[in-house]
Amino acid sequence: MSATTETSTRPPRRRLSNTARNTIAGWGFSLPYLLVFLVFMAGPIFAALWFSFTDFELVNLVAPFSAPWAGFDNYVQAVQDPEVRKAAWNTAVFVVVGVPLSVFAGLMAAVLIENGISRLQSVFRVGYYLPVITSIIAIAVIWRFMLNPDIGLVNRTLALVGIDGPSWLNDPSTALPSIIVMAIWRNLGQSMIIFLAGLKGVPGVLYEASRVDGATFWQRFRWITLPQLRPVTLFALVITSIGYLQVFEEPFVMTQGGPLDSTVTIAMVIYEQGFNFFHLGYASAIAYMLFLFIAVLAFVQFKVLGQDD
Amino acid sequence: MATTTPPPTSDPTSDRADDAPEPSRSATSAADHADRRTDEPSTAQEDGIPLSDLEPRQEGRVRRWVISGLLLLGLVLMAGPFVWMVLSSFKTQAEITSLVPTMLPDDPTLQNYVDLFRRLDFLQYFWNSTLIAGLVTIGNIVFTSAAGYALAKIRFRGRRVVFGIVLATLMVPTSVTLVPLYILMSKLSLLNTYAGVILPLVAGPFGVFLMRQFMLQLPDELIEAAQVDGASHLRIFSRIAMPLMAGPAAVLGIFTFLGTWNAFLWPLIVLTDQDKYTLPIALALSAIGENSTDYGLLMAGSVAIITPVVVVFLFFQRRFTESIAMTGIK
Repeated sequence: MSATTETSTRPPRRRLSNTARNTIAGWGFSLPYLLVFLVFMAGPIFAALWFSFTDFELVNLVAPFSAPWAGFDNYVQAVQDPEVRKAAWNTAVFVVVGVPLSVFAGLMAAVLIENGISRLQSVFRVGYYLPVITSIIAIAVIWRFMLNPDIGLVNRTLALVGIDGPSWLNDPSTALPSIIVMAIWRNLGQSMIIFLAGLKGVPGVLYEASRVDGATFWQRFRWITLPQLRPVTLFALVITSIGYLQVFEEPFVMTQGGPLDSTVTIAMVIYEQGFNFFHLGYASAIAYMLFLFIAVLAFVQFKVLGQDD
Repeated sequence: MATTTPPPTSDPTSDRADDAPEPSRSATSAADHADRRTDEPSTAQEDGIPLSDLEPRQEGRVRRWVISGLLLLGLVLMAGPFVWMVLSSFKTQAEITSLVPTMLPDDPTLQNYVDLFRRLDFLQYFWNSTLIAGLVTIGNIVFTSAAGYALAKIRFRGRRVVFGIVLATLMVPTSVTLVPLYILMSKLSLLNTYAGVILPLVAGPFGVFLMRQFMLQLPDELIEAAQVDGASHLRIFSRIAMPLMAGPAAVLGIFTFLGTWNAFLWPLIVLTDQDKYTLPIALALSAIGENSTDYGLLMAGSVAIITPVVVVFLFFQRRFTESIAMTGIK
């Protein structure tokens, strides 16, 4: 590095002659990303808005922009659709219950791992993160078997203490809670890894100062660790909320939305309307409402939790 | 190395000082750092909050053991199902569904894995998954590194706009683009093709953001010196920046590979021919459909999906945490 610092004493380079060259290089290097963004992200976002105001059906695939204009019909229909309402309720339950528990579990895991026996840290880190990097279908295979009413591990264990366990995924009252628990189990590692990274950024000086003041373990956690982790917590909350608002995989592979729509979510309705019934205009309208809701929620979370930053 | 609690005489600040994230730290030292082993007491102290130092030695050690005991219980809940799944994949269907559960297979059998090849077109699915995840990974490493280099090291008109786009799209939910992407792929005749799955994923904003954050660490002097010597940005990028960014590029590659390997919804929508299915799609449709109670087969298939991912992850797990810290999310 000493060699390079020497060069910094050179006079600044002639900027003018470089401006054009840099502009070409800058845009050239960014071009592949920008193309993907324009064609597969920006374009579709605007197209979705257009389609949401049309009666787009399978036949319109030939000439997408000639689909008949429907005004706000799709939106009105969506608000009145009992399945959409049910899905919105289920998704809300998923977010309100699942997000805080997932993030809290991740925080606990991270703090405990940092304060446990150091030789075991990587074992715990890998073990707790394992569900995050596992394909949803493998997780579904395990959990569907564990929750099986007759031969599943859960009910067998309950039977040992004399409890007759319910038919978890076939009972409308237990299906959604079961899937939420599974989602927390699957996703807490994501928050954990974010918090582990955040804990590394807490300045050691603060703990030093608290030592001088004779603070206890709990006081240090409450008054140093937690406040220092606030920006990281915000990040974990936003990421987890965006993920849970779009929850699709867990209910799709576990129950396909049943029984009696008790686990159907907004993302599942979008999939079903769009790719089973090919009501693509209607699906776009539901997707756009979800999109707006996600944007508002992320904005509110930043406002509420990010005040000081 | 057997004792884990650091001696109380050691000064925690001296150890922590070199671990504090420094923006000036070079990329190579970051990679070295990521590879350091965890089980040395000194490293442990840097990584952890040295709470135990503030207590009498004995008390701190007891606390560490209690905490680890709690974590061990949690580990049984988190990883136990996987262990049990692997063991079950070697059991007969009768043993799996028997009312008296067994932990170890009574009569170990490879039949489930044989069935995987015979009853499902396993090799074809495995190849499809590898091809799609591999191409998406290569695309992301090349394209997003280039954009990341431009955003970090080239002063060009419009740089703020491009970076603004990257930040804005980091959080765009996939569900909003799903329907129009499907329509677009239909117009481009890319439905039911590998290209249809791959193209939208080939240069994601996450990669650009990650690589930009790492590229910022490259000393400007290094690039200016190369420019004085007449090197173009293309040459600097390929000969100087990328070799120094091998570590971060590997992190990005693994993130991308894992994400694409496990991708479910988009391949499910695009791919309709059974011989184009990726592994998760094939297994999912099998699990929901005709083979839904053939637990042995499904367990074996799940083991086959997870194994490559776990192997890759075990090799690089230190770098995951590092890279998230480096992107400066705090």
